[in-house]
Order: sequence, then structure tokens, then C-alpha cells
Amino acid sequence: MTERSVVTDNKQAHIKEKVISGLLSLSALISVVTTVGIIILLLSESVSFFKEVSIIKFLFGTRWEPLLEPKSFGVLPLLSGTMLIVVGSAIIAIPMGLLTAIYLSQYASDRVRTFLKPILEILAGIPTIVYGYFALTFISPILKQVFPSTHIFNALSASIVVGIMILPMVASLCDDAIRAVPNTLKQGGYALGATPFEVITQVIIPGAFSGIMASFILAVSRAFGETMAVTLAAGATPNLTVNPLESIQTMTAYIVQVSLGDTPAGGIEYQTIFAVGALLFFVTLTMNVIANRVMHHFREVYE
Amino acid sequence: MVELSRKDHAVTHHKSVEISDPAMETLNVTIKYGESIAVNSCSLKFQKNRVTAIIGPSGCGKSTLIRSLNRMNDFIDDFSLTGQVMFAGEDIYNRKADPVEIRRRIGMVFQKPNPFPKSIYKNIIWGPQINGFKGNPDELVEESLINAGLWDEVKDRLNGSAMALSGGQQQRLCIARAIAMKPEIILMDEPASALDPKSTARIEDLIEELRQNYTIVIVTHNMQQAARISDYTAFLYNGDLVEFGVTKHIFTNPDRKETEDYITGRFG
Repeated sequence: MTERSVVTDNKQAHIKEKVISGLLSLSALISVVTTVGIIILLLSESVSFFKEVSIIKFLFGTRWEPLLEPKSFGVLPLLSGTMLIVVGSAIIAIPMGLLTAIYLSQYASDRVRTFLKPILEILAGIPTIVYGYFALTFISPILKQVFPSTHIFNALSASIVVGIMILPMVASLCDDAIRAVPNTLKQGGYALGATPFEVITQVIIPGAFSGIMASFILAVSRAFGETMAVTLAAGATPNLTVNPLESIQTMTAYIVQVSLGDTPAGGIEYQTIFAVGALLFFVTLTMNVIANRVMHHFREVYE
Repeated sequence: MVELSRKDHAVTHHKSVEISDPAMETLNVTIKYGESIAVNSCSLKFQKNRVTAIIGPSGCGKSTLIRSLNRMNDFIDDFSLTGQVMFAGEDIYNRKADPVEIRRRIGMVFQKPNPFPKSIYKNIIWGPQINGFKGNPDELVEESLINAGLWDEVKDRLNGSAMALSGGQQQRLCIARAIAMKPEIILMDEPASALDPKSTARIEDLIEELRQNYTIVIVTHNMQQAARISDYTAFLYNGDLVEFGVTKHIFTNPDRKETEDYITGRFG
């Protein structure tokens, strides 16, 4: 038997490897190029907007009337509308999501778990526009019966459905974080005569704390950028208010309104959507970066 | 085949063993996971203020047995136990028995050190505090750390994270945490198997000191360790208690051939 040399000169295999690695880096590049393209577009259009309107007036102005004379470009009403949705949905999704995760990971039997998990995933898979109908045609009428002053379009019903929408995300990320707490820690707690409740609240939740926080931030960031349900259910009235029963407009809903309307491209009215979009992008990006940092910190704890 | 060997290993207590004052006792304990038998009709007595070692090859049921002594197997879905585990005059598997109260009085140290990701101080005081400890916490922490032989190494950094300690120190912290509860019995499930020889020696010295105040049950796969530190030894094989007796006797003159084969290293 002749020995095979380890030195080969297989050009064909070499080229094949090159092509494969080239294709792979190309597909990775596409997402990078897209991101960069979006940032450039947002920034360049925003820059021409901010040549005409000062950033101070934009960020701190209390009237948003870009389509009416006299024009006013204070983004606060849109921001307050968005915050109403964010806070409202967080009040619903954060406690319910955390409790669901605790139930799923600690109390539910395997049978209940295999039944509940897919239901949560279905909840996450419902198109957001359907949530919008649901808010408008089901929740709002109920709210109107309870609080007669409720507008047909109102922030509360939109917050409720956005809350339901982000609930699976909170539940599933918290569930992951809780499961990442080593079983040995849990047993250590029980072996010291702790009750299940004490183990959950004083061993497991502190152990999963960063992961739980990260899930909250990601969910809030999602609520911040949520569009269809709020466009449909929350109204189209830029309104600086804290009353969730009133009609409001979120930043995203405003962008939809202008994009679909007959606002001519190129004018200052049209450029507003890029300024609003840039602000939206900046806030969600910041939140995602924070969530990543927090999550990273949490991975290091047990290593 | 398995059935045959089970009959073959019918439970034999060593004739010379007399456990006059048991802190705990198992009576015909059979443990199953689903349909498979992990421990088969095991009857054992654990003498008060003595060290009892449970030895046997991997998978013989020794970990299952020790975990059943403070109901740590409750969390396993298909776990079931028949027979009785007597402690303080009661069967701890009695339907009215409270596992939380049982674990307060029967502490446990695990194979892998599992300190909480909290400070050294909090690791010790947490158990007593959730169980209504009213005394001076500083004193209890100091006393527990001294008894676990860790005080001198950590007294200047009690508020530092327990995770920063070495593996051997973490395990002694876990022992300190267990004795801070002032339990009557301490169960140790291979407490030194994840440690280096030097840390292992320290844990063994510690067990030697602790036996004056506590009843200790230790599972180990290290036969030299069992021979060094225990007063009584139980040999488990294939879920059966093959032999139980005074450690010296088991290691020098066992009654059963399987025991002799195992301790001389012919299998396992």
C-alpha cells in the first residue's frame, strides 16, 4: 500500500472553499448593508428637516401640527402617545409575563407545559393588525360601557392588546432566564428548609434577575415600535395627554398616516416622518443595546 | 438475570452490628423512578453522632437513597417510595409530614458546591433567617464559619461574593451554611468528589470534627475515604443493600463476596 502524502495540490477543492466562504460572507454583508442604508436614509432626510426646524423645538415642542397652518413640529404629543401605549402595555405584560414564566418553569407539570407553551407561541404569531381589530371591535366597546367618556379610538384598548402581544415575549424570555438558574441552587435553597415560595422569590428570581430585566427592556422596546394595532385602535389625534381613554397618536401611527396620505414627497411635511423615524430608531436601538448588556452580564454570573 | 441477582443479594445485616441509638432509620424502603427500581427494600439504621458511609458502584442507588432521607427526591416527577423513613419518631413520608420542616432538621451538602450568588455572610444567614432565627446573626455566622474551618480565610471579606471563593472553600461554605441551621443530621452526597486532594483532606478533617455534634450520612465512591472517615459502612449494589456493618469490619473481613470484590477493586 502506498502512503498518501499530506501535501496535495487540489486546486478544485481550494476554489470551492473560496466560493463557499465568499457566498457566506456576502449573505452576512446584506444585513449590514441594509442597516447602514437605513441609517443613512434616516439621517440624511432628518438633517434636511432639522435645517428648517430646530432640534429643541422638535424635541420639546408641545404641538404637533405639521399638516396645518401655522405648522408646528413639537414631537411631544406623539411621544406622550407612544409612552401611554408603552407604559400601559408594560403594566399588563411585565407582571403577567413574569408570573406566567414562574408558573411554567416551577409549578406547571410537563403535561400542562407542553399544552401552554404552544398557546403562547400562537399568541405571538397572531398578525398585529388582527390585534388592532380586536381592540377596536371588542375591547373598546367594553371600555365604553365601563367608562362612558371613552373615545372610540383610545390609548387604553391599544395598550391592552399591545400588552397581550408582548406578553409571550416576556414570558418566554423570563422562562429562559429562570431555567438558566442552576438546579443545584434551587436544591441548595430547599435543603435549608425554604418553602417553594421562598426559593422562587429569594433564590431563583435574584439568580435570573438580569435576564428578567433584559426581557422587560426588549418587550418595552417592542411596544415602542409597535405599529398596526395602535394605528388602528389608538386613533390619529396627536394629543399631549395622560388620559388613556382619549384618542392619541403614536409616532409609528403618524408615520403610517403620512406615508399613506397625499403628502407630497420632498416637502417639510414629508420629511417629518424621517425625523420621527430617526427618533424611534434611536430609542429602540438604545433599549436593545442596554438589554444586550444586561443579558451579557447575566450570562457571566455562574461561570 | 437482574431478577436472579436481586434474590441473590437478599438483605443481610452484619450480625455484629448493633445500632443502639439511631437518629434515623429506613424500613424496607423501595424507591422507583417510574417502573424501574433504584433502591430495593433497604433497611438501615444511622447511629447518632456517628458517620455512616454509603458506598457502591455508580448507579447502585446510593445517591437516590441519601436524597430520600430529607425528601430531596420530591422534585423528581416519577419518583415513588414505599416503606418508611423514620426520624424523630415519625415516618417522614407520612402524608402529614412537612418536607420544609424535615429539611430544616436534616441538612444536606451536595456533590458540587452550590453557594448562592450572594455574599458569604448572606449565604450563611439566609437559611436561619427565613426560618425565624432571632439570635445575633454576626455570632451565628462567625460560629458556623469557625466550625466549618473557613473563618480565618474569609473573616475579612464576609461581604464579598461567595462565588469568588475556590471550589474547596465554597464546599466548606456550604457545610457552614448547613450547620448554621443547627440540624440534627447532615447528609453529604459525595461532598469531595469535585475537589482536589488537598481540599478533600480538609473536608475529611472537618467531618471528623463534626461527628461530635452531628449525625452524618455520607455517600462516597471513594472507598479509602469511607474507610478513613466513617464508623459504619453500608454497601449498596444494584439497588440492594448487600452488607451493612462497622467500617473496620466491612473493609477487613466482609461477610459477602460482592463486598469483598468491590472493596478490593475487582469491579466498580
